[in-house]
Amino acid sequence: MSITSKSAQARPPRRAAGSMKRQQTRTAYLFLGLPLLFFLIVRFLPTLMALRMSLFDWNILKEVQPFVGLENYARLAQDDRFLGALKNTALYTVIGVPAQIALGLAVALMLGRVTVLRGLYRALYFAPYVTPIVAAAWVWQWLFSPQFGPVNTFLTWLHIPPQAFLTSPSQALGTTAALIVWQNLGFQIVLFLAGLAAIPRTFYEAAEIDGATGLQAFRSITLPLLNPTMVFSVVTGTISYLQLFTQVVNLNFTDQGGPLGSTMTVALYIYQLAFGRFQMGYASAVTVVLFVIILLITVIQLKFLTRRYDV
Amino acid sequence: MKHLVTLALALTVTASAAPVTLTYWQYDYASKVSTMNDLIKKFEAQNPDIKIKQETFPYDAYNQKVASSVPAGQGPDVVNMFYGWLPQYVDSGYLQPLPAKDFPTAAIERDFVPMIKTSKIGGKYYALPTSVRTLAVFYNKDLFKASGVLTPPRTWEDFIAASQKIVKGAPPRFTQLGFGIQPDGQDYHMLREVLVRQYGGSPYSADGKTVTYDSAAGLKAMTFYTDLYTKYKLGTPNFFPGNNSYRDAFIAGKVGMIIDGSFAVATIQKGAKFNWGVMTLPTFKGSSVRSNFGSYWVNGITKNAKGDKLAASVKFLKFLTSAETQRTWLENVGEIPAGKKLSSDATLRRDPVYGPFVASLPFAHSTLFVDEAGQRKAWVDAINTVILQGATPASAIKRAATDEQKILNEYYK
Repeated sequence: MSITSKSAQARPPRRAAGSMKRQQTRTAYLFLGLPLLFFLIVRFLPTLMALRMSLFDWNILKEVQPFVGLENYARLAQDDRFLGALKNTALYTVIGVPAQIALGLAVALMLGRVTVLRGLYRALYFAPYVTPIVAAAWVWQWLFSPQFGPVNTFLTWLHIPPQAFLTSPSQALGTTAALIVWQNLGFQIVLFLAGLAAIPRTFYEAAEIDGATGLQAFRSITLPLLNPTMVFSVVTGTISYLQLFTQVVNLNFTDQGGPLGSTMTVALYIYQLAFGRFQMGYASAVTVVLFVIILLITVIQLKFLTRRYDV
Repeated sequence: MKHLVTLALALTVTASAAPVTLTYWQYDYASKVSTMNDLIKKFEAQNPDIKIKQETFPYDAYNQKVASSVPAGQGPDVVNMFYGWLPQYVDSGYLQPLPAKDFPTAAIERDFVPMIKTSKIGGKYYALPTSVRTLAVFYNKDLFKASGVLTPPRTWEDFIAASQKIVKGAPPRFTQLGFGIQPDGQDYHMLREVLVRQYGGSPYSADGKTVTYDSAAGLKAMTFYTDLYTKYKLGTPNFFPGNNSYRDAFIAGKVGMIIDGSFAVATIQKGAKFNWGVMTLPTFKGSSVRSNFGSYWVNGITKNAKGDKLAASVKFLKFLTSAETQRTWLENVGEIPAGKKLSSDATLRRDPVYGPFVASLPFAHSTLFVDEAGQRKAWVDAINTVILQGATPASAIKRAATDEQKILNEYYK
């Protein structure tokens, strides 16, 4: 502070403005530098360490950690549990991301028209997002219980035979994905509501004068102008599905990723390898593979989804 | 006043000889921690030159915590561990063998129940338990009466018949279970160490390196166990949501029988609002082969303890495994004594709750795990192929054997 006032006195006004700017830039760098340092230490450094560790047969219970080169990666290619987890993770993403975007947009459009009890509706849809995941997973377990679950009771009213849901290897993944979609929906809706509010009303008024139908207006105005929101949703949604962990762990606590590995995700597999079986080297190899997959997908999505619309 | 006396005592001791401070680790379980605090006070009074510092960690993170202190050469001098982790810890050089002059092998095998032999690795004992646990059947007397089951079943045949009278509903909608089937609970231990042996087989080779249940006995055991679900429809896994499904459902009075360990006694005692009893695991009709699965937590001395600390650790370990401590542990924590003498105590054997567990000690076997989580998964997945996907018990036992052998080979390579 004292330096600023001193230099302001010593220099002519115009140059003082320049130095002030430089001063502000310097402060900005300082403030940005601290979090950067933090990120370097807690994010990038461990990532690099994981990269290195993946080249070793690194078991924390062993005193010697021999260098094995790419052996861990070769082992991954033949690991059925890993390949299964990879397939499941892809399935979660393919089911979850489109579902939550479509549902989120639909609900946001409807909420846009609601005028009575508007706040209540919004709060209700947002509630699952702020519910602790663990609690939601346990409620889900009870809802879909083959024995006492209200969902099965409902199905019997419709004369549909009771389903095994989370206890069946063929239905568990879908049921888990449904929980995540339901939980993320609130956040999606908020995003879309904000995106929709940002579209100037005048466009719709102009379209109306031109005689455009509601559907035409939606396709030519709403969707294109929602593109930035859409890109954000797709990219962050995809990343979060690729890192799926907490819901899966809590839906089947004694046989995590089960039954028969049908809900296993890559992130959960990493956790089990590293902290259940202490195979840090092998777990690191899986981490690196997952990192590369996420990076590639994100880059591709950003490249192909982002569009500029001139209106 | 008391503090002053302690302080004065401490000061005099410091004046004469620098006291040795030992660090003791166990997982955080209220009655174990408070009992240990009392025991430590008693030990310190007997050995004024030794101080014990107890540190505890949550159960879920305990193995991780102990394992991650290994490479760093940090952590406790005396450590409490699940016996199944021993091979890995011994292999890592984390534990030192118990000094043979203080703990002669012959004396250990004379004084302790037979199952503790799994703590002998390469001919040396590395750790000893205070208490042990076995399995038994918990049964709901009220449900028995209401369903017309007059006597608790002694044979597996009667076990099925009794369960069939109690069970209500059919897969996948049961409202009441005859038997709280739960492969990932204690059932897979029972299948491996009890049923396989009762059918005349043996689950592993003597050195524990080879799986031997891919045999006629193994197939019979797998068939018998999965039949409880597929053929007799006595119950279903995950009847209640949550991680202790079968036990919670039993406590809620919805299950006729469960197979569980003596460690469940306190929880059931506290929760169950009905008359319940305990009986030893059944045998097959016309056969007298009894078996049980025994497990236990052991105390070992880490490589950190050297010189004075080692001598103090030996003293502390002797104290922890003494008959007196075993009795205190039984009275305060409710775990059955690891010593032969105390566990053959007539009053304990007649105890309606602890008796059946204690009576199983002479024929209890424990498994030498090298990767407890991975080995459990091999079994649970194999059982699930039968009850969830309709695979044959023959392919299931083969699958379990292949998966588990792979884990053993990886470890012993």
